Amino acid sequence: MKLTDIGDPNYFHKVVDCQWACPAHTPVPEYIRLIAQGRYSDAYMINWKSNVFPGILGRTCDRPCEPACRRGRVEKEPVAICRLKRVAADFKDDIRERLPKPAARKLGKRIALVGAGPASLTVARDLAPLGYDCVVFDADRKAGGMMRSQIPKFRLPDSVIDEECDYILNLGITFHGGQRIDSLKALLADGYDAVFVGSGAPRGRDLEIPGRAEAAKNIHIGIDWLSSVSFGHVTKIGKRVIVLGGGNTAMDCCRSARRLGGEDVKVVVRSGFEEMKASPWEKEDAMHEDIPIHNYLVPKFFTHENGKLTGITFEKVKAERDAKGRRNLVPAGEPDQHFPCDDVLVAVGQENAFPWIERDIGIDFDKWNMPVVDEKTFVSTNPKVFFGGDAAFGPKNIIWAVAHGHDAALSIHKMLSGENITERPLPDVQVESQKMGIHEWSYHNEITTDHRYRVPLRDKAAALKDIRAEVELGYDPNLALGEAYRCLNCDVQTVFTGQLCIECDACVDICPMDCITFTQNGEEDELRTRLQAPAKNTSQDLYVADNLKTGRVMVKDEDVCLHCGLCAERCPTGAWDMQKYLISMTHAGDGKCQAVRSAA
Amino acid sequence: MTYVAKPKFHHPDLPTNDLGYTHRDYEGTISTLCAGCGHDSITAAIIEACFELSIEPHRVAKISGIGCSSKTPTYFLGNSHGFNSVHGRMPSVLTGANLANRELIYLGVSGDGDSASIGFGQFAHALRRGVNMLYIVENNGVYGLTKGQFSATADRGSKSKRGVINTDNSIDLAAMALQLGATFVARSFSGDKAQLVPIIKAGIEHEGAAFLDVISPCVAFNNHAGSTKSFDYVREHNEAVNRLDVIPARAPITVNYAEGAVQIVEQHDGSKLALRKLGADYDLRDRTAAMSFLQRHAAKGQVVTGVLFIDEKPHDLHHHLATVNRPLNTLSEKDLCPGSAALAKINAGLR
Ligand SMILES: Cc1cc2nc3c(=O)[nH]c(=O)nc-3n(C[C@H](O)[C@H](O)[C@H](O)COP(=O)(O)OP(=O)(O)OC[C@H]3O[C@@H](n4cnc5c(N)ncnc54)[C@H](O)[C@@H]3O)c2cc1C
Ligand SMILES: Cc1ncc(C[n+]2csc(CCOP(=O)(O)OP(=O)(O)O)c2C)c(N)n1
Ligand code: SF4
Ligand code: SF4
Ligand code: SF4
Ligand SMILES: [Mg+2]
Repeated sequence: MKLTDIGDPNYFHKVVDCQWACPAHTPVPEYIRLIAQGRYSDAYMINWKSNVFPGILGRTCDRPCEPACRRGRVEKEPVAICRLKRVAADFKDDIRERLPKPAARKLGKRIALVGAGPASLTVARDLAPLGYDCVVFDADRKAGGMMRSQIPKFRLPDSVIDEECDYILNLGITFHGGQRIDSLKALLADGYDAVFVGSGAPRGRDLEIPGRAEAAKNIHIGIDWLSSVSFGHVTKIGKRVIVLGGGNTAMDCCRSARRLGGEDVKVVVRSGFEEMKASPWEKEDAMHEDIPIHNYLVPKFFTHENGKLTGITFEKVKAERDAKGRRNLVPAGEPDQHFPCDDVLVAVGQENAFPWIERDIGIDFDKWNMPVVDEKTFVSTNPKVFFGGDAAFGPKNIIWAVAHGHDAALSIHKMLSGENITERPLPDVQVESQKMGIHEWSYHNEITTDHRYRVPLRDKAAALKDIRAEVELGYDPNLALGEAYRCLNCDVQTVFTGQLCIECDACVDICPMDCITFTQNGEEDELRTRLQAPAKNTSQDLYVADNLKTGRVMVKDEDVCLHCGLCAERCPTGAWDMQKYLISMTHAGDGKCQAVRSAA
Repeated sequence: MTYVAKPKFHHPDLPTNDLGYTHRDYEGTISTLCAGCGHDSITAAIIEACFELSIEPHRVAKISGIGCSSKTPTYFLGNSHGFNSVHGRMPSVLTGANLANRELIYLGVSGDGDSASIGFGQFAHALRRGVNMLYIVENNGVYGLTKGQFSATADRGSKSKRGVINTDNSIDLAAMALQLGATFVARSFSGDKAQLVPIIKAGIEHEGAAFLDVISPCVAFNNHAGSTKSFDYVREHNEAVNRLDVIPARAPITVNYAEGAVQIVEQHDGSKLALRKLGADYDLRDRTAAMSFLQRHAAKGQVVTGVLFIDEKPHDLHHHLATVNRPLNTLSEKDLCPGSAALAKINAGLR
């Protein structure tokens, strides 16, 4: 197979599984090492640059990094990457001095941002320090978007949202809270140089089944109900509550209901427990609060008496594969089931709605009524209007909104600098050998076998009493240290120089994971079968290098390398070196955005 | 030397053997030898061979003398018996242990200094007595542990790291073993595990005195230009006479060998050795031919490797001495004490 080009910045970036999986490409192992050293503020700033909301995300992120984490392929569970982020936020010093200052010199260019959710705030944070006038509008009084209106306070306290939104609003941004934009046409007519639409996906789907209208008083749309709870408009609910739906909104609804007087709260989903959209840890959290989850039940009608809801009747279904292999829910042939209840929370999905965007201002919409948006540049068919976050491609999550925000900000900056927005800069790569002495490395290369540390929780009874009491207490510094040491430092790369190798096999012999093989080259599929250990995980690359005297090649399977450095430690000639690849995404205004830099 | 312990994690798809062990289960503690030392590769090859043979670690006794090479038993088979003896005395300790318990597998691990200098006599006698063992010399041409003095296997004319030419004749331990009556003689190279692992397996299975000379570069003191035991020199002058496949007892021969190109040798335990000939027409059942083959090639500066000689019907020391066929520690008083009547009879015979 082809020799590996380690000069391609993506090659080693992919080896850092967590960073590669993070939509904002946060340099995870770098901040985890800083946490282990007690350098919480430094760890926070690394996060702040990449993902803008470390304290918020450290409590709420969907954490695509964790299923990707290499540790999860070596033992049972991945590193608690997300909760370590919170540690940085919890134990940092006052970092305000380290934040960018409002621009001293303005560029005279105005950008309107619709919505003050994470997408817009990221755009504003990237662009304001460069001298752009960022004007943010939100229908809500305070900034934060759904982070503030939807995510319950027992998962994310207001103080954390206030702090991290303020860091951005203090960059010299104009914020118009409580001001809904009713016409994009009118906004454009105000002469803005660019508009960013970060208005989210604000509409909750309803469930139109018999009885819906009659029992309306006790049937609530999940996201509307949650925002009413967040803003203190709703403070109680009936004793018996049914939550319909299996996503994260449903999980937040049921747990909130438990805190507002719901004693018998249950979640009912149409499909199987396994297929639920909520993350495994969200389901665990709900069940921990005595909320059962009933599956394979399709709601047929609401029952009511004298205009008051009395319950829901469900049909039992089962999953079957049709001739084409598609999974369908078909009646199980069992009698219908009736669950009595006092209130229902409908959390069956979320939709976009753009009633305020005129269809004659050059913005094309597709057949699903979604704007046509470029996936790389986030520009719409109107070159001045950009979309990001849930508004761009439908509901996702905070970290995706942030990632979109960075990319859109870069596009806006390039457009307003007269550059081609389709040319995207390479990431910045800093390479640094970790060798300190013959057997000394500047990173902690001893591999702990500790299992994942649990995050301490508030006592259940106390937690259920107060909807604003945060459930998770966070790691203390000791637990954080133990967890941080579980990280395998995947950014400390094994870099091989064939010219130096004498083929003594020392690396092959010492490698605890049988990663390294010296052999004849071959086609990749075949090569993967004849390595020291079979390389079955094809999503992980083989590192192939030549320049060996015997004409063989060195093949390293990156899959389960512990980055322990033993190969480099046992190499007599320094053909292996452990080099840290600190890869940072290029944001608007970072050095020269055009910089094309080779990684090697 | 490495300070961190080798991590306990292993590759999730590592193969297991008949006992359910992975090769990692045959490791010892982490090596304290110099990084890149050939001896570590031999350690890895021993681990692999024992793994592939599904050997129960408690059935192995590893016995060594003094030297970097003699330290290596600590680095493999952490659950086996071991005896790190005095300089050059491995063969007598091994012989004694073997006489006491014939049921263990004996691995004698030594160096060229340990065996060709101070222990030369011991080496000779263990082989000529036919002790059932695999005697491995990790041969680097120097006394590694004492900082690189020429050993007795260093070739005449080869150069030390400080530029001194060796003027003494060298001892070829494989040739000596042939002459001394070893019933299995082989040579290999630490940098060629594909050759080394099957040879170790065959040597372990051989039920007689098996001798294996492994050229094993000392990266600290004998891996420079002018050395004849360096990685480069051995790779350039390696004359392999055959390639070996070990086929376990009862398993059918599945590989298709070209006619005449392979010699099948059946070992006592029923396992078969399939030796693919390489180049030279070489008959590994002919002891005297092997000896002259070695000498002819040594004169040309070539390092002959492969299985050099096998006696298919070996006899070992226990056979020669007609010893009891059980380990001594299993013999009860009844077995050991013939009783007063027998004693009286012996005494009567002496009067
Ligand atoms: C119940 C629930 C729980 C969630 N939990 C999590 C979680 O734990 N982790 C996670 O990562 N994600 C979670 N999400 C998803 C996450 O909140 C969103 O994906 C994210 O906030 C989207 O960010 P955004 O910037 O695109 O828009 P939003 O955060 O939705 O912000 C849009 C803002 O625009 C304003 N707006 C809309 N239209 C206009 C207009 N015309 N004029 C002025 N202002 C307007 C809205 O008032 C709102 O403040 C959750 C979502 C819900 C519904
Ligand atoms: C009785 C005795 N004499 C001398 C020594 C010093 N000594 C230690 S190791 C060694 C030579 C080892 O050479 P070799 O067997 O080739 O092992 P290597 O280190 O090269 O693997 C010597 C002479 C000793 N330990 N004991
Ligand atoms: S072990 Fe550490 S660096 Fe590697 S993927 Fe997991 S969190 Fe990232
Ligand atoms: S760092 Fe080197 S020795 Fe350690 S697991 Fe990775 S390849 Fe193996
Ligand atoms: S001195 Fe030579 S033989 Fe001894 S450990 Fe070092 S390289 Fe190996
Ligand atoms: Mg030696």
